[in-house]
Amino acid sequence: MTQLPDGRFVDDEPYDPDASLQTLERSDMDAPNMVLVWRKFKQHRLGLFSGIALLIAYLMIPFAGFIAPYTANERQPDYLFSPPQSVEWTHEGEFIGPFVYPITSEADLETFQWKFTADETRPMKLKFFCEASSYKVAGLFKTNKHLFCAPEGATVFLWGSDRLGRDVFSRVSYGAQLSLTVGLIGITVSFILGIGFGSIAGYFGGKIDWVINRVIEILRSLPELPLWMALSAAVPSNWGPVAVFFIISIILGILDWPGLARAVRAKFLSLREEEYVKAAEMMGANSSRVIRKHLLPNFMSHLIASASLSIPAMILGETALSFLGLGLRAPAVSWGVMLNDAQNLASIEIYPWTAIPMLPIIFIVLAFNFLGDGLRDSLDPYSS
Amino acid sequence: MPPLLSVTDLSVGFGNGESVVRNVSFDVQPGETLALVGESGSGKTVTCRAVLRILPKIAQIRTGKVVLNTGDGPVELSSLGERPLRKTRGNLVSMIFQEPMRSLSPLHRIGNQVAEVLSLHRGASEKEAKREVLTTFEHVGFPDPERAYRSYPFELSGGMQQRAMIAMAMVAKPDLLIADEPTTALDVTTQAQVLGLIKDLQRETGMAMILVTHDLGVVANMAEQVVVMHKGRVMESGPAAPLLRSPAHPYTQQLFDAAPAIPAQPQMAPELPQDDLILQLKSVAKTYTLRASSMWKPDVLIHACRGIDLNLPRGKTLAVVGESGSGKTTAARVALGAELPDPGGEVLFRSQKGGEQITVHQMTRTARFAFQKKAQMVFQDPYSSLSPRMRIQEALTEPLEIHNIGSRAEKRDMAEVMLRKVGLNTDMMQRFPHAFSGGQRQRLSIARALMLEPTLLVCDEPTSALDVSVQEQILTLLEDIRDTMNLSYLFISHDLAVVARIADEVAVMRQGLVVEQAPPDTLFYNPKHPYTKALIAAQPTPDIDRPIDLNLVAQGAGDPETWPEAYRMTDSEMPSLTQLEPGHKVRCYV
Repeated sequence: MTQLPDGRFVDDEPYDPDASLQTLERSDMDAPNMVLVWRKFKQHRLGLFSGIALLIAYLMIPFAGFIAPYTANERQPDYLFSPPQSVEWTHEGEFIGPFVYPITSEADLETFQWKFTADETRPMKLKFFCEASSYKVAGLFKTNKHLFCAPEGATVFLWGSDRLGRDVFSRVSYGAQLSLTVGLIGITVSFILGIGFGSIAGYFGGKIDWVINRVIEILRSLPELPLWMALSAAVPSNWGPVAVFFIISIILGILDWPGLARAVRAKFLSLREEEYVKAAEMMGANSSRVIRKHLLPNFMSHLIASASLSIPAMILGETALSFLGLGLRAPAVSWGVMLNDAQNLASIEIYPWTAIPMLPIIFIVLAFNFLGDGLRDSLDPYSS
Repeated sequence: MPPLLSVTDLSVGFGNGESVVRNVSFDVQPGETLALVGESGSGKTVTCRAVLRILPKIAQIRTGKVVLNTGDGPVELSSLGERPLRKTRGNLVSMIFQEPMRSLSPLHRIGNQVAEVLSLHRGASEKEAKREVLTTFEHVGFPDPERAYRSYPFELSGGMQQRAMIAMAMVAKPDLLIADEPTTALDVTTQAQVLGLIKDLQRETGMAMILVTHDLGVVANMAEQVVVMHKGRVMESGPAAPLLRSPAHPYTQQLFDAAPAIPAQPQMAPELPQDDLILQLKSVAKTYTLRASSMWKPDVLIHACRGIDLNLPRGKTLAVVGESGSGKTTAARVALGAELPDPGGEVLFRSQKGGEQITVHQMTRTARFAFQKKAQMVFQDPYSSLSPRMRIQEALTEPLEIHNIGSRAEKRDMAEVMLRKVGLNTDMMQRFPHAFSGGQRQRLSIARALMLEPTLLVCDEPTSALDVSVQEQILTLLEDIRDTMNLSYLFISHDLAVVARIADEVAVMRQGLVVEQAPPDTLFYNPKHPYTKALIAAQPTPDIDRPIDLNLVAQGAGDPETWPEAYRMTDSEMPSLTQLEPGHKVRCYV
């Protein structure tokens, strides 16, 4: 700083008046939208961990049979309502690796309950990469390899067994196949309908907008649960589990689209005011080009976030329907079907482990919500 | 006497980043106005917010001291606890923000919001507070203070809202007022009145003020001391008169050179030739129907444009000037065919000299497609005019794709040529728009508009979102392009000084009507209409010897029924646009 005679201070550092024109002001912003979103999303810890956990969960789906020691409907008739067994490592102070104590069951003729006693003198080591009952990987290749199985003459019920003597842990991992994918199929249906109707309403406005809005309002005013029940009761009972599964997920999708359509419409209305959209229109671009090139790409990330927030609703919907016995039915295995067994208070009180499928549901729903929150927060990477 | 506020060596940074304000020092004397001048990103707002420590959470004051000397001795604001600091805010030091609409709570009555200050700091009873607020309202120029007390913010115009903000800041009689761009969101005539008001209040109460602004014209009208900031550093600071007369730092000099001004000694200009018109608006009117507030009342008609006749000669620039709500943008949209005029009006477009004249609103689909190639638009907001998903190359070649011109390589080459034409390097083709500054982006959207080689360019306030130095560059660019490509511009602006520079003819609009139309020099040399006079008088010029003449502003910007008889307008009756001299039309009775 120099001081001039008239009392002014002037900065003396060198100043270049025409430095700016060819330099980028924000070179950190010079990246595709996905990269910018990812950079911001990375800072959202909870969302990131949830995303990774969900990714792992979905990657494991095809290998559910490999992870489970038993197949889904394999019965151990001697072990009905067996409590969870723990995997031990040391026997009488001596390390021998993961093993279980064999259990024997006996009917108590006074309480009419099964009594299970572990034989703590005979540690039996778990077998790894062993051969047991056969299943199909991703529904394609038949194999009988399992990650771990029970040793001969013993059982491994990590989360107990149910009233027919089926392993709850194995069934939870098989159940994930249906319970997790029902949301994806449902959301696809809901996406197609939601984007379609939402963008038509948002872009064209006027009468069409009015009609679509009223349809949305009517759909949303219908009480959801009775409607689900009515629709799924209409599914013929002689259909196979897979057909029922598809129909259920499509029903969920059909009832979910209004929310998405509204979000799409609102986003369309705000994007239409953006000057680049007006510019494209004034250059003579037709509506389909404007929608495809300008509107859809700019709210795709927004849609993904709203999708990840509505998948949990679908998963819960499937669970609720199956729990009420209106969705999937045995022999299909889903978390809702499993909870159907845990419907009465008596079984929850005496065999609390039959309600274990609630845990993965809570976990998955929370993870999707955290992921959705994280995505939503990082959607607009341009605001500083 | 110690300064009222003394800021020494202040540095502020965000998160782990570099400091955005570095080693800033200045003093504010009691009763004086200090102007913090700078362009966007200069750190002026951060500096003034750091004084009251109302910075965002991630910002930290890294070095420096802020000391306030009031009657009770010096207080160091920079290290004061949160609770005593709250006593200072609004009481000893208060603040006015840029957007009055966003700084007033929409759910509370204006009076209650203002009275809250008194009950917080003085513990005043409701009755006392109301009495004092009403006096303040009268002071800040509310015609009916009782009514203002009862109204909600949305019931007031922007200027009135800003008056309410000022009242709120003044009601506790602070020693220092910090005004952060208090008039930037306002129309120029309102700005002049608000500035005049602040000055009067200051004179009466002896309060000191820190005025944050980007406009050297405002500085010249208001400040005794000036601090010029650039990229977080003080470039030059000192008394206003010498600094404004002979800026010492090259940056200050540059700001001065760039500031557009209405010429001090205008000359009469000749009439524009009218033989080869590219665009003609003939008695264009546009009325919107607004659904009435209740079912039993008739719908409200809004006349955005009323009977507009404009002629744009080829290769010239016709500027339409007006404040917000004057209908200038509607006129431009009608001219481009984006809106249908009311029956009776028509827009004629002749792409080439001697070519076929087409009526813009009665075209077939193919004719319309061809017209869209010849008439393009440059938008106001450079931040929303480029799609954030498209690389520059995609954005520039999009018009060619729509009109199916050229092969891939040809499109690319044309985009490169155009990029060079607007002064940017061709290695920017693969970049994304958000990496660029506002000025660069405005160049890019000009380049995109030029890709189809149009003959008519409609510029809708192309520089009003830009800093002055960038505005200057963009105007130069637009002039160059017009002359090399023989373009004709329909230029929409609210700023007479910008128009003074680029236009060949100016039409001044007020509430849907053209009130005066002439070449700019004629208009400035011999403005006739009171509204034009008010607009010219209200324009702050960075010349300390040409202060705003508030009387002229008040007269012209007021109710049209108070105008001199020759110009008087009522709801039912208005004079027609009459040619007084060659090329000079005024809405008056002769």
